[in-house]
Amino acid sequence: MLLIYCPYCEVERSELEFACRGEAHIARPADPSTQSDEEWAEYLYLRTNPKGVHAERWRHIHGCGRFFNAVRDTVSDKFLKVYKTGEPKPGLEAIAKEANQ
Amino acid sequence: MKRYSFLELAKNAFSAHHNWGRQWRAPEPKAEYDVIIVGAGGHGLGTAYYLAKEHGIRNIAVIEKGWLGGGNTGRNTTIIRSNYLWEESAALYNHAVKLWDGLSQDLNYNVMYSARGVMMLAHTVHDIQVFKRHVHANRLAGVQNEWLTPEEAKEYCPPLNISKNIRYPVVGAALQRVGGTARHDAVAWGYARAADELGVDIIQNCAVTGIRRAADGSVEGVDTAKGFIKAKKVGVVAAGHTSVLMDMAGIRVPLESNPLQALVSEPVKPAFPCVVMSNTIHAYISQSDKGELVIGAGTDQFVSYSQTGGIQIPIHTIDAICELFPMFRRMRMLRNWGGTVDVTPDRSPIIAKTPVPGLFVNCGWGTGGFKATPGSANVFAHTIAKDEPHPIAAPFSLERFRTGRLIDEAAAAAVAH
Repeated sequence: MLLIYCPYCEVERSELEFACRGEAHIARPADPSTQSDEEWAEYLYLRTNPKGVHAERWRHIHGCGRFFNAVRDTVSDKFLKVYKTGEPKPGLEAIAKEANQ
Repeated sequence: MKRYSFLELAKNAFSAHHNWGRQWRAPEPKAEYDVIIVGAGGHGLGTAYYLAKEHGIRNIAVIEKGWLGGGNTGRNTTIIRSNYLWEESAALYNHAVKLWDGLSQDLNYNVMYSARGVMMLAHTVHDIQVFKRHVHANRLAGVQNEWLTPEEAKEYCPPLNISKNIRYPVVGAALQRVGGTARHDAVAWGYARAADELGVDIIQNCAVTGIRRAADGSVEGVDTAKGFIKAKKVGVVAAGHTSVLMDMAGIRVPLESNPLQALVSEPVKPAFPCVVMSNTIHAYISQSDKGELVIGAGTDQFVSYSQTGGIQIPIHTIDAICELFPMFRRMRMLRNWGGTVDVTPDRSPIIAKTPVPGLFVNCGWGTGGFKATPGSANVFAHTIAKDEPHPIAAPFSLERFRTGRLIDEAAAAAVAH
């Protein structure tokens, strides 16, 4: 079972309190009516699915209920960085490099 | 190839079964093939077999990172059924069920297909509505599926607890009598042996590290741990690692890879006559011919290639099984493992040509690919050989995510995800 740090509650809790909500930093198109079918397919269905470092949204459903973002290695399942919603996407390559040292 | 028969068995008994010989060769890769299949699971080996048998292409290699049948083919819970909702799916899974019947004879290899019946339990009003809709849709599509009352369900599966005082009482069930199980390893081995006999090179322990494209954009071949291998056509059948491989060709596929777990108990005498599954409280159980209870757990809800999952997931399944089958409460579990499954947004597979000429993909089987192995392999081989989708495979294109013509089987897929 994973241990996850909630950046709002500032505590580490078991995975049971959290729910993963998919890849982070996917913005809904600002002007939907101008989007082509390809762009809609990309927004709705295409995800990165990397074998390695991944930025994703988590929600502390049985705690504060808030969304936050996390960088996690999808091979070891280890959390490498946790940050609040609205903060910019960190450089995944740099985090991966640091984790491998 | 030595043809397996009763006579052969008797003959080998005299030499204490020491002289059976290898079932397939271990060749070094040639410089060039007509078709390369990436991934030696059931679907990949089956594809090679049908390409050689039905389409006359003999210069084929199946390249595998690990050992053949060591991925999801060797990790699943071996259930076979075809009671999916939509006509497209019914056609695909029924094609597979038809091929299962007679596969042992076709391959001259006992895949131990046993049509013992698959029963899906209903626990809520919503379940009743969904399953009855499935039963009616299946009847119209020519797929066998029937509705049972709780009493009829208990008659079919005596260990079932249908008392009203459990948390989620059984209020009915959908039964597909032609559903059942098969020996998963034997399916991979049978296809491997039969394909090898037809000249297919199975190259194990050789990871594909790149997919090369020519100046015109078409596929040129694959880079592997054993060097570059040229091929006009490449079929990727790599389950959870499909995204990684398609990235090498610069193609994004609508997949997410999740861990899926299963477990087996200690072997006991025959006690469980059929396959029982419950989507609502997530129980998923059958008994193997060896006597172990084979139990399927759920997926972890995040992307992971770890081939392990959280312990809370199998515990959740065991809770449900203990309530539905009280006689298993003191059963000890032997082993628990995980695989990496590739899940599509609509829970239906992708069997398709890709935007790269000569590159084909068979993926997205999610939590339920084993049942479709022969059908999937058969239509994918046709798709590769003819360079156009088999009529059954045509709806399962990559384009459906752009056109919106999805095949939503979220309710038919047994595992909630």
